[in-house]
Amino acid sequence: MTTATAQVGRRAPGAVQYGSIARGQRRTLRWSYFFLILFVIFFLMPPIYMFITSLKTSAEIGAVTNPWWVYHPTLENYVNLLTQKTFLTFFRNSAIVSVLVVSVTMVISVLAAFSLARMKFWGSATLATGVFLTYLIPDTLLFIPLFKIFAWIHDVTGIELINHWWVLIFLYPTLTVPFCTWIMIGYFSSIPKELDEAALIDGASYLQILTRVFIPVALPGIIAATIFAFTVSWANFLYPLAFTTSEDQLVLPVGIVTTLIKGDVYNWGQIMTGALLGAAPPLIIYAFLMDYYIAGLTAGATKG
Amino acid sequence: MADVVARDVRVPARPRVSARWLAQRKSMVAFGFALPLILVIALLVVYPALYAINMATLNKSMQYHVWFGNFTFLFKRNTFWMVVEQSVLFAVTAVIFKAVIGFIVAHLVHNIPLKGQRKWRGMLLIPWVIPPAMSTLAWLWLFDPSYSAFNWVFAQIGLPQIPWLGNPYWARAGVILVNVWVGSPFFMIMYLAALKSVPEQLHEAAAIDGANWLQKIWYVNLPMMRNIIQITALFSLIVTFANFDIVKILTNGGPVDQTHVFATWAFTLGIWGNDLPLGASVSLFMFPILGIAAILILRNIRKRGNEA
Repeated sequence: MTTATAQVGRRAPGAVQYGSIARGQRRTLRWSYFFLILFVIFFLMPPIYMFITSLKTSAEIGAVTNPWWVYHPTLENYVNLLTQKTFLTFFRNSAIVSVLVVSVTMVISVLAAFSLARMKFWGSATLATGVFLTYLIPDTLLFIPLFKIFAWIHDVTGIELINHWWVLIFLYPTLTVPFCTWIMIGYFSSIPKELDEAALIDGASYLQILTRVFIPVALPGIIAATIFAFTVSWANFLYPLAFTTSEDQLVLPVGIVTTLIKGDVYNWGQIMTGALLGAAPPLIIYAFLMDYYIAGLTAGATKG
Repeated sequence: MADVVARDVRVPARPRVSARWLAQRKSMVAFGFALPLILVIALLVVYPALYAINMATLNKSMQYHVWFGNFTFLFKRNTFWMVVEQSVLFAVTAVIFKAVIGFIVAHLVHNIPLKGQRKWRGMLLIPWVIPPAMSTLAWLWLFDPSYSAFNWVFAQIGLPQIPWLGNPYWARAGVILVNVWVGSPFFMIMYLAALKSVPEQLHEAAAIDGANWLQKIWYVNLPMMRNIIQITALFSLIVTFANFDIVKILTNGGPVDQTHVFATWAFTLGIWGNDLPLGASVSLFMFPILGIAAILILRNIRKRGNEA
């Protein structure tokens, strides 16, 4: 009855109003596209400008011409950087650190998330909240005490931890482990209990339940967490800036900022090329795995 | 004999013992699985965080306690109050702008046909994907005192030149602008996800009641998205308050310490100035805001957990 009247009520003036609603929608759509284009210009301008500058020679950068256009494009900057030993060292350090941090993080957080989401033990609920709280503690708060603790370890054991690239492998997990555990707890909790109970009855051990049931089922979550861990360890700037100084121990972000900027002489062509190459790995991963990237991004604040 | 007694005792008790044993074994295994996490968090996060509090009470060479000496020293310095002011101004302004831009852009993306949304969303998220240290270099170059590409455009259309990073006010605006540029895509993604979960029937009902687009946003979308709006803003407030990369690269605190935030000033005092306790004292001022935000977020999550 109500639906009938609603339909009638909608249809009767519909014949007259239909055109105006459609026109209104078309206008909304046009304005949406217009503003979207403006925002895309704002959002993409810096990377595009990076790319434009990276194709220029120093002479063209210094000339009084349109900075938004390349008159004599050249790959000179790319060739120079990619044949330069220090730059390749930065790249290698960054790659090794990121891959190791991602592996360590994923092992720790998948095991812990499985235990916290499913197995439960005395204090596990408190620990889950604790994981979340530690995720909120930023690196900017931790780097000073960690610096002192590392100096103290050197005094006691003689192991020099400062100014070695590999020390970052111990530092980055402070940022990646809490977050990855947190989102993995969310993903694991959403797996139906019947699945692991069935496996348990079939005589599977906990490790088997994890590797044969949970990891395959929660694979999208694992990919999202892996991407997050990689992006964070590739992009971190504070820890390497505080803990490493020698040129051969630097990772990419710090290497580009500290070695390419020499005093007041800015070789902008090379700096922009370096920055673009430094941004390339996360961008490439994002281009191929955008949906996982976005899933991880939204899971961090909403799951749990 | 002993054998018989033992068997007598064990037989009736077996099911209970083994059940308890199984449960115990289960929680042992569970604890073992969580042990690496506990170690990482305890040794690399909780202990340093507590140690920072202890450090803040020591003198420069860390040989004796000065208790609140570092804090009273900070309170007497003008730079400290400037840093407090700038940190709050920076974080609050940036989060407001990020939230507003994210909200608008999310609606714009939501307005267009579903099949084009992926492409636009993909392009709009790029600032978030580029490592901030790298994109800030691009902004540094865009703000260059003599070759600023913005100023070139302004010169073409007859606008005055802007001393982007040379003047304290413009430098403050500059670091906020870069932070907004980096952070708004995150808000956009979160708000877009929230928008998708608003039931279409509500919009239809509002349309039948004669609501215009602004009323639909204000009376339908905003209340439905309230949770996500709050939680995203809180997360972002924490991250922005603790920001380091952008200010460090763009202005390094200058001109005349006007753009320092807690993180960069702590770095300057602690690592460059070689006064770790003083640096630790400065960075501790991030704790209150973190604590408040953490409590609010936890409450929000619990509340949502109960509703579900």
